[in-house]
Amino acid sequence: MNTFYFIAFLSVFFAILVISAKNPVHSILYLILTFFTFTVHYILLNAQFLAIVNFIVYMGAILVLFLYTLMLMNLNKESEQPKSNLIKIAAVIGGGCFLVTIVAALRTFGHSEPVILKDPNLGLVKNLGKTLFNEYLLPFEISSVLLLSAMVGAVLLATKDPKTTA
Amino acid sequence: MALADIIIKFILVIIIFAISLVIAMYSTYAERKFAAFFQDRIGPNRAGPWGILQPLADGGKMFLKEEIIPTNSSGFLFIVGPSLAIMTACIGSAVIPWGQQLVIGTHVIDLQVADINVGILYIFGVVSLGVYGIMIGGWASNNKYSLLGAIRAASQNISYEISMGLSIIALLLVTGTLSLRQIAEQQHGFWANGWFSWNFFKQPLGFLLFIVCAFAETNRSPFDLPECETELVGGYHTEYSSMKLGFYLFAEYINMFISSAVMATLYFGGYNFPFMDLIHSPNLVAIIGVVALFAKIFFFIFFFMWVRWTIPRFRYDQLMDLGWKTLIPLAIANIIITGLWITFIRG
Repeated sequence: MNTFYFIAFLSVFFAILVISAKNPVHSILYLILTFFTFTVHYILLNAQFLAIVNFIVYMGAILVLFLYTLMLMNLNKESEQPKSNLIKIAAVIGGGCFLVTIVAALRTFGHSEPVILKDPNLGLVKNLGKTLFNEYLLPFEISSVLLLSAMVGAVLLATKDPKTTA
Repeated sequence: MALADIIIKFILVIIIFAISLVIAMYSTYAERKFAAFFQDRIGPNRAGPWGILQPLADGGKMFLKEEIIPTNSSGFLFIVGPSLAIMTACIGSAVIPWGQQLVIGTHVIDLQVADINVGILYIFGVVSLGVYGIMIGGWASNNKYSLLGAIRAASQNISYEISMGLSIIALLLVTGTLSLRQIAEQQHGFWANGWFSWNFFKQPLGFLLFIVCAFAETNRSPFDLPECETELVGGYHTEYSSMKLGFYLFAEYINMFISSAVMATLYFGGYNFPFMDLIHSPNLVAIIGVVALFAKIFFFIFFFMWVRWTIPRFRYDQLMDLGWKTLIPLAIANIIITGLWITFIRG
């Protein structure tokens, strides 16, 4: 339990650094650390496969692309447009509403009984695969179609229209 | 876990770490000797007999050179870059099974640091993390050549990780496990059930794809575009000097060693060797197995060097074409063929 609180503290700490860092590249580096703490959370939950997939896909691929884009964009304070007052007020109101919602949700939140896993091997690849391809086959296949359509959309956006360029 | 087990693991980690460093050191010597041989030169021959102390001299030189941190670099990240590169290179060795169990007295010693059941995925995680060292170092140098090298490294790694993953999926269909120990066990001996037991003979196309991707992931020639000196001065390590440069170069050789070990384990039987069942002493089998694994690893390291001094460097668009338009379709075809073979023939 103490390990959990320590890792949870690190997650929140790095997450705050992500939004408070002045340099966008530093932000991304803190985000990488945040995702690393998530990986540790998954291991603590005995979900080895999720942990390693989070590690490979988020830390190893998606954030590399984030970093790649930010390095190319060369963002700094001078190039950032000052926000108008309307946007600032809207942000404050939006944040306040969110805070109220969270406080209201937490007020009725009772302590739940600790969940004891019946099968400690539940998170292993073999069991996860069996569950995914037996009980949840349809949602799994539908989500893969969703990903495919996203990919096709991205390719379509990236290719120049031959009629306009010619 | 008893105290004795922890001490044994600790010693094992230290031994593997030391071996990685020594092999990386002598890979630099071997590379220069082989390059000299391929180009009809003599190579390093001044430090010690046949130049055998050359790596020590190089190391001493690296440590004693002036340490330069450019004024406009971001100081902390400039140091993090090479540190991360060498760290990710070293942690990959944790899941590789180096040999069968040794029995000393009552102790059974696993010649593997950690037999986790997602071993292959762990290797993948480490590989995908490896690019951060290059990217952070290249960006922190605040030099456009370094930045270009870093960006090339990132896109190259991402592109080749995909085909590497797909080539591994076909192998996993055959083996049915993600644990490197079990994959090595399945390739016992050399001949089983009327066919070679090593995975190379079951997945020749998969191995070809894997080795091409391994060259790209370790930034070795012909895919060493992140440090392409004809276009980018020194690539991502242009601004580095002293031991920080040494760490980058060293990380490349350790990566080469680890990826050779992974290839030997996944496709060439790991610590298994032909006629191993004829030897009855288990400890002797284990020791010969370790020697056999290292022989395979040395062959792959030699192969890395052989290719480097034979094939010229790719152009960047050729690299991307090969990755996306050739390797990925081939890998997908390989998965389909393997799937059909398992369904209809192996049953």
